[in-house]
Amino acid sequence: MQTFEKLMKLDRRWVYLLLIIVCVWSYIADFTVPILVEPEVRSIHSFIDSLPEGDIVMIAIDYDPNNLAELHPMTYAMVEHCWRNKVKTIFTSLSQNGPGMCDQALRDLTDSMALDREYNGVEYKGREIVNGIDYCFLGYKPYFAIVILGMGQDFRLPFPTDYYGTPLDSIPMMKGVINYGQCACVIDISGGNITDAWISYGQGRFGFPLALGLTGVMTAQYYPYLGSGQVFGIMGGLLGAAQYEELADNPGRAKDGMRVQLFAHMVIILFIVMGNVGYFASRRRLKQEGRA
Amino acid sequence: MEFTEFLWMTFGVFVTLCILSFLYKDNPFYKLAEHVVVGVSAGYFVIILWHNGLVPKLFSRLADGDWYYGFLNSSHVEYLIPAILGCIMWTRFSKDYAWLSRWPMAMYIGISAGLAIPLEMSNRVNKQLHAMMAEIDWANFVGHDGFNLLDVTSGLSQTIVMIGALAAIVYFFFSKEHKGAFGAIATLGIWVLMIGFGASFGFTVMARISLFTNRLQDTFRWGNVAFNTGNANYHAGFIVVFWGLILFVAGYAVYEIVTNLKRRSSTT
Amino acid sequence: MRRQIPFALVFIFGIFMVFQYFVPHETSEWAYEFLLDWIIVIGIFALALGIWSLFKVSVEKIKLGKEGAKYSYLTLVGLYLMVAFGFTQQTGGSLGFGYFVWIVLCSACIVALMRLRAVSDSGAKRMWGMVSLVTLVAAVLVAIFDDAWAFFLYTPEGLQNSMFRTFFDYVMMPILATMFSLLAFYIASAAYRAFRARNVLASLLLIAALLVMSRFNPFIPGAEYVAKASNWLMNVPNLAAQRAIVIGIGLGIVATALKVILGIERGYMGKG
Repeated sequence: MQTFEKLMKLDRRWVYLLLIIVCVWSYIADFTVPILVEPEVRSIHSFIDSLPEGDIVMIAIDYDPNNLAELHPMTYAMVEHCWRNKVKTIFTSLSQNGPGMCDQALRDLTDSMALDREYNGVEYKGREIVNGIDYCFLGYKPYFAIVILGMGQDFRLPFPTDYYGTPLDSIPMMKGVINYGQCACVIDISGGNITDAWISYGQGRFGFPLALGLTGVMTAQYYPYLGSGQVFGIMGGLLGAAQYEELADNPGRAKDGMRVQLFAHMVIILFIVMGNVGYFASRRRLKQEGRA
Repeated sequence: MEFTEFLWMTFGVFVTLCILSFLYKDNPFYKLAEHVVVGVSAGYFVIILWHNGLVPKLFSRLADGDWYYGFLNSSHVEYLIPAILGCIMWTRFSKDYAWLSRWPMAMYIGISAGLAIPLEMSNRVNKQLHAMMAEIDWANFVGHDGFNLLDVTSGLSQTIVMIGALAAIVYFFFSKEHKGAFGAIATLGIWVLMIGFGASFGFTVMARISLFTNRLQDTFRWGNVAFNTGNANYHAGFIVVFWGLILFVAGYAVYEIVTNLKRRSSTT
Repeated sequence: MRRQIPFALVFIFGIFMVFQYFVPHETSEWAYEFLLDWIIVIGIFALALGIWSLFKVSVEKIKLGKEGAKYSYLTLVGLYLMVAFGFTQQTGGSLGFGYFVWIVLCSACIVALMRLRAVSDSGAKRMWGMVSLVTLVAAVLVAIFDDAWAFFLYTPEGLQNSMFRTFFDYVMMPILATMFSLLAFYIASAAYRAFRARNVLASLLLIAALLVMSRFNPFIPGAEYVAKASNWLMNVPNLAAQRAIVIGIGLGIVATALKVILGIERGYMGKG
């Protein structure tokens, strides 16, 4: 029992060191974690798969570098899925550092799209992705709730120009595209409360199909909206991103990171069990001492 | 990959290690990285606000006017009014004129509050209540494919959702004491809430670990680039920089250990 | 009057926006779009307050020689660097050596100006004054005579400046991402020290957490059923709990918004 009590008083830095060692070891080890796809992720993938060529999907990159670990893989997997299927995308970033994240993702993805690839047994020839024809990046404006409402009237209201300063009216892709009505769906990839604004102010007022890509911290809170039909899909955290990569047959950072997740979770569960065993042991000892 | 890009990548790994060193204790390297990112983030935000905010929303609209006339000869001169209101916000820093900043703030707060009422009522309350009172699927009460308690669309699951949500709402009603039948329902409500919080915690653990996983992935990628002889721009400089950073980190770790040991031996 | 007019403004705009939601008339839509457009412009100026505040705090810290003042130089130089990169871009094939000379000269000028404010000795003040003047003049001359790059104030070329992107990719992103990754360790430590099944409620929380954490673990016996049970837990009891919370939040938001519009809630006005 005293061993447990000594363990309870262990300097927390040893706990950190153990976690680092486990994470590094599990990353170096070469194995793949089997991914079971959940219905809420499959619905997003199926929706995009069902879209004809030339349809437009709006993707809101509403996250900062703090959340890039979970949300960047989702963005990469989903945008490449759209572009391989020749679905056009409109990007916007309503978070402070979102434009930089989106700009980086666009640079990487346009390079990736130039290569020939095979996904789910289908060969896709590499092609050049052109700004203004295949995608349009609207950029950032502050006060996301107001911007979401403004875009519902007309994209040009909050965004007279795109991120690169080109007037929206002179962008070929945006001809005839006025507001959400011309988009097949909106997918919000967010790490904060911008998601609430998309649900209430966007989907609630304008009724477009909305799917969410969320950090793990937020995921549990948005299941009511899935249940009520206000959103048609949720990708939750790194597991959600890994599930999307699994469906798209496009393994990336999310699937790569799942083995670290697996062993880190096992270590944390071990910590919880050890902590509780020690707690009950010390409680029993105190009771016995009390009786004595 | 170019050597200059690799140097920047090395800097990225260096600042990653600077921040992670906080796990051991607060130190000058952590403070350095922290202060750098505060300044760089602020500068980044200035640029984004200027190029994506002020220029397209204000200056482009006033562009047919002249700055030396204060843009008063512009065809969209009405946009000077929000500009002036925005500048009035800056009076917040003045002791004598701070009261002026309340006017544009009042406008913003009034608009936000007015927008919130119908939309939040509709989407957070009405639609959720509507979903909660969905028709129970009595025909498939214990599952759609035979007896399956884990079927989320079965009548039983729908009943649990409805009763659980109602009980949790009852728990949040603190104007009546939680006693008797009311108290029992509130107790059921808090049990349901605890399950929800446990699920949130489970996801939170995954979220936090994935943040560190990403740093590991970037660090290993840096290591791979350092030894990637297939890179057309590869030369000995890559290895020198790689080992330079490793030795620097190892040297600092040894210095900390030795200092720590000396401090302990001097106190004993 | 200093408080009455703002309260009246809150009431007028608040009531207008509530009724506008239900009135599809053209005039109502026009006023709604007009207000949305204006409020973004006002908001941009308001956000600049935070930047000015940061600048002021850093400068004050250096002037008064407070603890950690030497790090404030880094904050100010970092702020300047990103602003400089965002307003400049190459005009030819690359930025050129002169651009980096200009960057270094301007950074040195900023540091010299801060030291000028911080020191009290007249000799030191004279020295730092000279340094700041020389570096400023040199920076201006380099900016005038170097053709490899230029200032772009009204067009967003600066957003594609390679140094702007590099600083975002290799300075901001790693530091911000790593800061939040520290939470992974804190949660492990918290799980070890604080997560105890002290009573029924804590036990329920623990069991739910353990189930959700095990859902993608293929090594545990009955892994498939654990995954299904976890999915059921997310879509049934968790949904019930979160639905109640969402309804509560919605009612709270509506109640607070009404209180703000009707002037019952006045905290946002501050004192005076």
